[in-house]
Amino acid sequence: MNMKKRKIWGDVIFRGLTASFASGIAVIFIAIIVVLWHQSQPSIQKFGFSFLVSMSWNPVHEQFGALIPIAGTLLTTFLALLFAIPLSLGIALFLAELAPHWLRTPFGTAIELLAAIPSIVYGMWGLFVLGPLMADYVQPFLKATLGFLPIFSGSSMGIGMLTAGLVLTLMIIPFISSVTRDVFLMVPQPLKEAAYGLGCTTWEVVRDVMIPYGRKGIAGAVFLGMGRALGETMAVTFVIGNAYHLSWSLFAPGNSIASTLANEFTEADGQVYLSSLIELGLVLFLITLIILSLAQIWLRRSAAGRA
Amino acid sequence: MQKGNFLRTVLVTAAAVAAFTVTPCRAELTITGAGATFPYPAYSKWAYDYNQETGVRLNYQSIGSGGGIKQIKAKTVDFGASDAPLEPKELNESGLMQFPMVMGGVVPVVNIKGIAAGQLKLSSETLAEIYMGKISKWNDPKIVAENSGITLPAEDITVVHRADGSGTTWIFTNYLTKVSKDWKDKVGNDKAVEWPVGLGGKGNEGVAAFVGKVDGSIGYVEYAYALQNKMASVMLKNHDGKFVAPTAENFQAAAAGADWAHAEGYYMVLTDQPGATSWPITGASFILLYKNQANPEQAKEVLKFFAWSFKNGGKSALSLDYVPMPDAVVKMIETTWQNEVKDSAGKAIWP
Repeated sequence: MNMKKRKIWGDVIFRGLTASFASGIAVIFIAIIVVLWHQSQPSIQKFGFSFLVSMSWNPVHEQFGALIPIAGTLLTTFLALLFAIPLSLGIALFLAELAPHWLRTPFGTAIELLAAIPSIVYGMWGLFVLGPLMADYVQPFLKATLGFLPIFSGSSMGIGMLTAGLVLTLMIIPFISSVTRDVFLMVPQPLKEAAYGLGCTTWEVVRDVMIPYGRKGIAGAVFLGMGRALGETMAVTFVIGNAYHLSWSLFAPGNSIASTLANEFTEADGQVYLSSLIELGLVLFLITLIILSLAQIWLRRSAAGRA
Repeated sequence: MQKGNFLRTVLVTAAAVAAFTVTPCRAELTITGAGATFPYPAYSKWAYDYNQETGVRLNYQSIGSGGGIKQIKAKTVDFGASDAPLEPKELNESGLMQFPMVMGGVVPVVNIKGIAAGQLKLSSETLAEIYMGKISKWNDPKIVAENSGITLPAEDITVVHRADGSGTTWIFTNYLTKVSKDWKDKVGNDKAVEWPVGLGGKGNEGVAAFVGKVDGSIGYVEYAYALQNKMASVMLKNHDGKFVAPTAENFQAAAAGADWAHAEGYYMVLTDQPGATSWPITGASFILLYKNQANPEQAKEVLKFFAWSFKNGGKSALSLDYVPMPDAVVKMIETTWQNEVKDSAGKAIWP
């Protein structure tokens, strides 16, 4: 009797405790939105909707618009995903399926360790190593071969959108590839064996069995990497060039929301300036929220379609 | 025997612990300040020497001029520091007083193959047009005309500026605003501006890194950074039409002619000063204090530190490539302390 009572009490306390942890997250989430909204009021009232579409960022005349940082954030994230998704899928497949067993653990650990490098180190590497390489070899080569495209025009400085995208690629590969590898490892052995038994090649097993089976997990891995790329601050600040210009060229410098905040927050005097920076933070928060929600909806719908 | 040893150890330890806990009670004085990064090396050297001599500690956070102004207005520090002087009107509104503490120069630096420090000469108009994006090649006729002795490549100019708000930018854009109407109308003078062209580096070190890495670039940095990184500095045409090199003597020459006595609230900008050897982009860094001090003892300690630094800090400032304030100006500043810094009863705190 006594035993049973104690057990129930234990369960109740445990449930209450975990529920309070979980609701703590919800409270923090709402509190962030409320505070950002409240603090960005001066800017919202002054600029209204035009804040989102204006290209001006002028502290002298206190005219602020978020279009260039928004474009920079989305473009660098897009570039990073463009390069990182195929690379990470390849790495994950190799580690889960193709590599000899003795190689899997050291390789897997090495890739996970990449995630532990502080982002400022990636930034400095980008500035001191990757930037000059881009300026001296990659960009002249791209201009010579694909220079007729506007995205590969302009002077080769080695610092700009493309370099920022590449540094981000390297930073999100560990996240995407290690989660994807775990997803691939969870594909049931009988499924794969059945496919091999039907005469499928390794490529066909990967394409028709493993990737469809792990689709949700892979998407989750990609969103994890995307979240990291959207909000990455220090590494991007080092190599993006921090300039408020919009250009078709990927070689041109630009700016992202996070690097604008990192650069300007300490010295922003004047209420409108400060609240415009906070509104930028709100915009980043909303962008992340919208993209993740869309991803969830898309996943649900495609899962339903399959069923 | 064993027991006796043990007892002794305990007693000695207890005594040692007691000694350590008692020591801080000898009231170690700490004064706090926050602000400009530009004079930080000089301030921290002075603070170290002052601490050795008097035991008073200075806790200075170099968070930037804007941050310094915010902190002093929030009264979280004893003094604020800013590279851009506050206008007399703003000083009066907030009950603050300011005075210049140390001076230095901002230096344009370039990275062009084959061009060493002091070889490239630029007039103020040309520098402004480069930063406006109107001159975009190093072999532009305007630059070539000013540099007859050297060959300049047909290379794109990459303009580098500060990405963060900065007192250095304030001084630099103040200069461009004075010498170029176009700059004044389209861009203006502030700690951060809407740059017509270029890359932004974070901090003096960020600008120095970009200029060091990108061929054909031009940037502007604090003089000490140009020296430490062995960067190719540019000679500029000054107010008198002479080309001058950035040196401590030329910064001093710019400061010498300054008429501090007639500058209300020490609002004085040392850019584009007359004088044959005056470096045109010279600036002073300022200290902000409340006129009305609720804690006069603490305020007195703060003023004592500044007085000591004026008196003894000149040499170490020069060794760090800063220019100390001239004696006449120091005398003026101490008189201002006497007249303006009061305790709550209205009594002068200094001397």
